[in-house]
Amino acid sequence: MSATELLKTPLYALHLELGAKMVPFAGYDMPVNYPGGIIAEHRQCRESAALFDVSHMGQLRITGDDAARALESLAPVDVVDLAPGKQRYAFFTNSNGGILDDLMITRREKDFLVVVNAACKDADTRHLMTHIGHRCTIIPMPDRALLALQGPKAAAVLTRVNAGVGQLTFMTGGHFDLADIECFVTRSGYTGEDGFEISVPSESAEELARVLLAQPEVKPAGLGARDTLRLEAGLCLYGHDINTTTTPVEAGLTWAIQKVRRPGGARAGGYPGASAIESQLASGAVVKRVGLLGLERVPVREGAKIVDSHGHALGHVTSGTLSPTVNQPIAMAYLAANHALPSHEVYAEVRGKRQPMRVAPMPFAPHRYFRG
Amino acid sequence: MTTMYTPDHEWINIEDHEAATVGITMHAQDALGDVVFVDLPEVGRTFKKGEVAGVVESVKAAADIYMPVSGEIVEVNEGLRADPSLANSDPLGNGWFFKVHVSDMAEFEQLMDGPAYDVLVKNS
Repeated sequence: MSATELLKTPLYALHLELGAKMVPFAGYDMPVNYPGGIIAEHRQCRESAALFDVSHMGQLRITGDDAARALESLAPVDVVDLAPGKQRYAFFTNSNGGILDDLMITRREKDFLVVVNAACKDADTRHLMTHIGHRCTIIPMPDRALLALQGPKAAAVLTRVNAGVGQLTFMTGGHFDLADIECFVTRSGYTGEDGFEISVPSESAEELARVLLAQPEVKPAGLGARDTLRLEAGLCLYGHDINTTTTPVEAGLTWAIQKVRRPGGARAGGYPGASAIESQLASGAVVKRVGLLGLERVPVREGAKIVDSHGHALGHVTSGTLSPTVNQPIAMAYLAANHALPSHEVYAEVRGKRQPMRVAPMPFAPHRYFRG
Repeated sequence: MTTMYTPDHEWINIEDHEAATVGITMHAQDALGDVVFVDLPEVGRTFKKGEVAGVVESVKAAADIYMPVSGEIVEVNEGLRADPSLANSDPLGNGWFFKVHVSDMAEFEQLMDGPAYDVLVKNS
């Protein structure tokens, strides 16, 4: 295999059969959209149910009596008190408090299931091995695919396949057989909608995908719609909205740092960059991630400079698109904290022209998670 | 031939050389995906061949529209500005971008004809 050859997920042949437009993403040849196009797939997910192949993402098992505390030594979140069957958003930090990756952790009966970003999975695995490999066992799961079934009708679809998944609420997971295939299902996702992420043995992934696509509510959706959906949901894309130079405080992710890990908490600190993050928790960050809503039609994209009415630089856009739901430009940007205020009007520079935008609350489209 | 093509996937129809119509090709709209915004040039402005005269933006990306020939913009498609998806649904018809008064017909003759453009797309 040449160094430039792209990896394929277990659903590669199915993507081609469905007429997908394939693009390189994080070293994988992935579907950006199917013949209906990104906007139709976006609406499909908001109105019914969409099936995404996210098998490029990294899945790891972490086992051992010390696994929870070991994970806490790398991430400022509460893993120790995470109850069996519960899932939690987390991030690995570096010594400056920057974000190495963001991830999902689910405590299962005998292990933790960790799902990380595709582009980071090799670095994350090395990071885990280096820092906590002596405290617990880290088992990459390249033999598992990951499917995401998302949308207001996802639950009706999946309970038809196995009624048991109906017990799950947002950010919980469990083992379920789907079409006689052993799967691990969590009720979570990256679209802002109710939905599920399904870890499935690679050799059975296509069979399960075909079962789900055969349901009348479901159509396939690609990475293009996944991106517009997550942006409307206000969810960060690693490598764009968060990276090694942004801290959780700057990124507005302090909600993910539980009290027990903050100063005064029983297990405060003890993770890389704790002093930098604790100092920002106490006195605030100089820059903040905000949502921006465009007041004109011009899409504002990653890299666009944000200025005030005098042209003074205030920050930059980290992702943006024309929102199919609100039908206006939406973006995430880092702004100087004194301008990161609700309804504050700023300008994005696009091709030499200033486009007015307003600091707006996120999500841009309401979350519709199932909390029971 | 009244319609010719550029390597950047614009087409130009010269039935009326004082108002030759310019748009993007079927291949271009397919590669871009859902078009959500177009930035059209000002009427009366002149451009040299190869200059950026406009921008077409899909959900996922922005792409420049290059002048296929030198000339003055004499009309822009307000219908496309109002409904950018015309660039997807009818790129060779109602999804045209602008009309140009061609200043040098020799530049038009140097562009690709239909069969040559088809070969370019096939090999891209």
